[in-house]
Amino acid sequence: MFRRRPEAAPTLAIRVDGVAVPARAGESVAAAMLAAGLLRFRDAPAGGAPRGPYCMMGACFDCLVTIDGVGNRQACLETVREGMAVETQSGPRALAR
Amino acid sequence: MADEFDIAVVGGGLVGAALAWGASGAGRRVALLDEGDLALRAARANFALVWVQGKGLGLPDYAAWTARSAAAWPDLAAALGGETGIDVRYGRPGGLHLALSEAELERRAAWLGRLHNQSPPYTVRMLDRAETARLLPAIGPDVVGASFCPDDGHCDSLRLFRALHAGFQRRGGRYRADSAVDGIRHAGGEFRLATKRGEIRAAKLVLAAGLGNARLAPMVGLAAPVRPQRGHILVTERVAPFLAHPLATLRQTGEGSVMIGDSQEEAGFDTGVDTGVAAAIAARAVRAFPLLARANVVRSWAALRVMTGDGFPIYEQSAACPGAFLATCHSGVTLAAAHATVLAPQIAAGALAPELGVFSARRFDVPAAA
Amino acid sequence: MTIRDAYDAAVVGAGPAGLAAATLCARAGLATVLFDEQPAAGGQIYRAAGTTPLRAGTILGDDYWRGRRLVADFAASGAQHVPGAAVWSLSREREIGVSLGGAARLVRAARVILATGAIERPFPIPGWTLPGVMTAGAAQILLKSAALVPAGRTVLAGSGPLLWLLARQYLEAGAEIAAILDTTPRANRRRALAHAPAFLASPYFAKGLALLRAVRRRVRVIGGVAALAAEGSGRLEAVRYAAARGEQRLPADLLLLHQGVVPNVNLAMAAGIAHRWDESQLCFVPERDAAGATALDGIAIAGDGGGIGGAEAAAEEGRLAAIAAIRALRPGADLGAEEIAARRSLARWRRGRRFLDALFRPAFVPPADETIVCRCEAVTAGEIAAAVDQGCTGPNQLKAFTRCGMGPCQGRLCGLTVTQLIAARRGVSPAEAGHYRLRPPVKPLTLGELAGLPAGNAAMKAVARD
Repeated sequence: MFRRRPEAAPTLAIRVDGVAVPARAGESVAAAMLAAGLLRFRDAPAGGAPRGPYCMMGACFDCLVTIDGVGNRQACLETVREGMAVETQSGPRALAR
Repeated sequence: MADEFDIAVVGGGLVGAALAWGASGAGRRVALLDEGDLALRAARANFALVWVQGKGLGLPDYAAWTARSAAAWPDLAAALGGETGIDVRYGRPGGLHLALSEAELERRAAWLGRLHNQSPPYTVRMLDRAETARLLPAIGPDVVGASFCPDDGHCDSLRLFRALHAGFQRRGGRYRADSAVDGIRHAGGEFRLATKRGEIRAAKLVLAAGLGNARLAPMVGLAAPVRPQRGHILVTERVAPFLAHPLATLRQTGEGSVMIGDSQEEAGFDTGVDTGVAAAIAARAVRAFPLLARANVVRSWAALRVMTGDGFPIYEQSAACPGAFLATCHSGVTLAAAHATVLAPQIAAGALAPELGVFSARRFDVPAAA
Repeated sequence: MTIRDAYDAAVVGAGPAGLAAATLCARAGLATVLFDEQPAAGGQIYRAAGTTPLRAGTILGDDYWRGRRLVADFAASGAQHVPGAAVWSLSREREIGVSLGGAARLVRAARVILATGAIERPFPIPGWTLPGVMTAGAAQILLKSAALVPAGRTVLAGSGPLLWLLARQYLEAGAEIAAILDTTPRANRRRALAHAPAFLASPYFAKGLALLRAVRRRVRVIGGVAALAAEGSGRLEAVRYAAARGEQRLPADLLLLHQGVVPNVNLAMAAGIAHRWDESQLCFVPERDAAGATALDGIAIAGDGGGIGGAEAAAEEGRLAAIAAIRALRPGADLGAEEIAARRSLARWRRGRRFLDALFRPAFVPPADETIVCRCEAVTAGEIAAAVDQGCTGPNQLKAFTRCGMGPCQGRLCGLTVTQLIAARRGVSPAEAGHYRLRPPVKPLTLGELAGLPAGNAAMKAVARD
């Protein structure tokens, strides 16, 4: 669905659901996931349907993922870091996370 | 005539809606008059508890009235579900009131002693920390114990509100929004209510307008000495179930969000959110359940409870204007069953039962001891 | 980063209005802080202007690079930039609640300038919650901040300048666009004509014309589109629409929606600033004076958050708000020349906006019953209509009846739709239908963060129970 232009060559890697995903320093987690062809970020707790990034500016809360063990983080507002562990979500967040 | 009714209920909150639903049907023409979208609406301060623990300390009749309503709640939930298809998610798993220090636990135990002296129609017992942890595994180290009442329950109060309105309309009742009552005349055995959307005429009148009752009651020879008491509520994002029992100040809803609140503030009619109060509520919640520290607060608001001087309800028929009734309380959820199934039929029949005489506002007329 | 408890001036939002305001305040010697949610300054229009990986200057166009100057001036001004900061409350006493790096704090300011900018107007169509459906603004953010361009079949749909700008940027960046589905009501052209003379004399005219021509030459554009719907199982697979040739189905991997931008009002509304319905822009706008001042003492609003005027106008509004703040705090300051220059420039950039407002004014067609309106709580247009039929007169009763608007986005993605739906169903004006009553926190913060804030004795007493 998206591809990187040559300027956006990856410089590091994050892990999404255990799989390495290339990313470029400075970009958002959502951008890295979209560039890797990942569209479904979670199944919504209301209704259960799959959702992914919609607004990319922090307004819609549809890009929520678990980052380094903390649930319901806005992937469009989080900047990638080497080794960051991202998990897609299903349903309501477990509070232990 | 569209604007003539057997009963006009003023106030579309939980009290008014329960009374209107309970009074409608059986061929009665009932109107429910409400304000607009930004009404003060004490129902917005409700915590969705069907709660008996501690109710009626100092007034055994109120303990009995509350217990009677709680006992009628399963039937209320079933009736609303049957009529409207809306599951109000009523459950009675038993409720707790946590103590976060030895001093709080002692005060709670002393309070329970006073309550027991009164032989309330429900059981409350103290739990130590271990017993509390068995019911609520997520408690934090600050929790030293709790009081527990197996008769306490909760519901989804938004669904209750919707179901009462839906059931009322299904029974043929007429709901009129944007119809704040500006004046009431009693003449020729009927009440004429002036609203900006025209005059409403009704043989009987029920004032269930919350804080608005203070203004309306004198128009029909009644008094409603009520004041606003502010309460803040915080709501978190939906989280996986972690809390099997409701607490007096914290519960998990059917959707998974956690409601936290129950501050009691004397702040007049100001419904602004106070960050300090929100912080204090949050701090106690995190002490009770440390895992909640990670939960995101997605909404908060403040709303106004309708309080009388002694905290008990007022139910009364006007002597000057027979057929005019007053109903006000701050436990619109707990008392919804009693309002719908006990009080509403009495109003429809034209007289309150003698046992409700204790809830007359005349109790406030007693001059203070010299 | 050390954040002080109090500043002379606090600015919220690092778009053109906020950058310009903070720059002037700091240059005048005011202790100035700028809180912004994004990791880099620029706002959305100049998103990542100082950090974008894009090297080809032609992709984003000259207007975008104007943002670099604003960012550079701001960086040199001495104002404190606090990125990654979520401002979740503002009180009448100008106490700002801000969440930063997992900790919340309260910051006071003698003057507050809100420059919260715009968000895209909600565009509820069946299937708009499917992965693969995004806003055009979102796609542009991905281009500016991460140099991502679409791969696969891409459809742009809707109306408004941003849609066309994005199309040209994509073409410049070497991406393909399968089609542009233009929903602009044809009748708008006639209504816009009344404002044409000002538009012809405005800086937007030549640019706009060149933009439309450049895109139309290279992309299939279908006009008069209605009844848009996204379809797919688990992700977008096709776009359905109605046009002159009847019902059409277009296979697609990415659907980018846009129908204009509206003020981002949540923080201002939650602070208690009065808003009114603007019939020409079809949105709520805050009540403010010519310098942006609101009825709340010391709180001003600048830029698109006060009504859509575009980036250049926003910067001038930011300057005017800053001049007012400086004068209030430094009574001797002589800023007459700056004020005159800003007013002149603002007048120039406002010229022609009414034409754009009229031309791209979206027609409100109530969404089909099955359409999700509230994305957070998955509340459909049909459920909202049923609640209105049951006596719901406004968005707040609707919340209680349906949970609509109760999710974490706090009505940003449904508020205007709900207002217009209720108004249409009841046959009243959107002004009468009203808006959600918003309260802090306007952005989520954790209960732990909130618990860490000072409560005070009165507050502790209010919640302690026996």
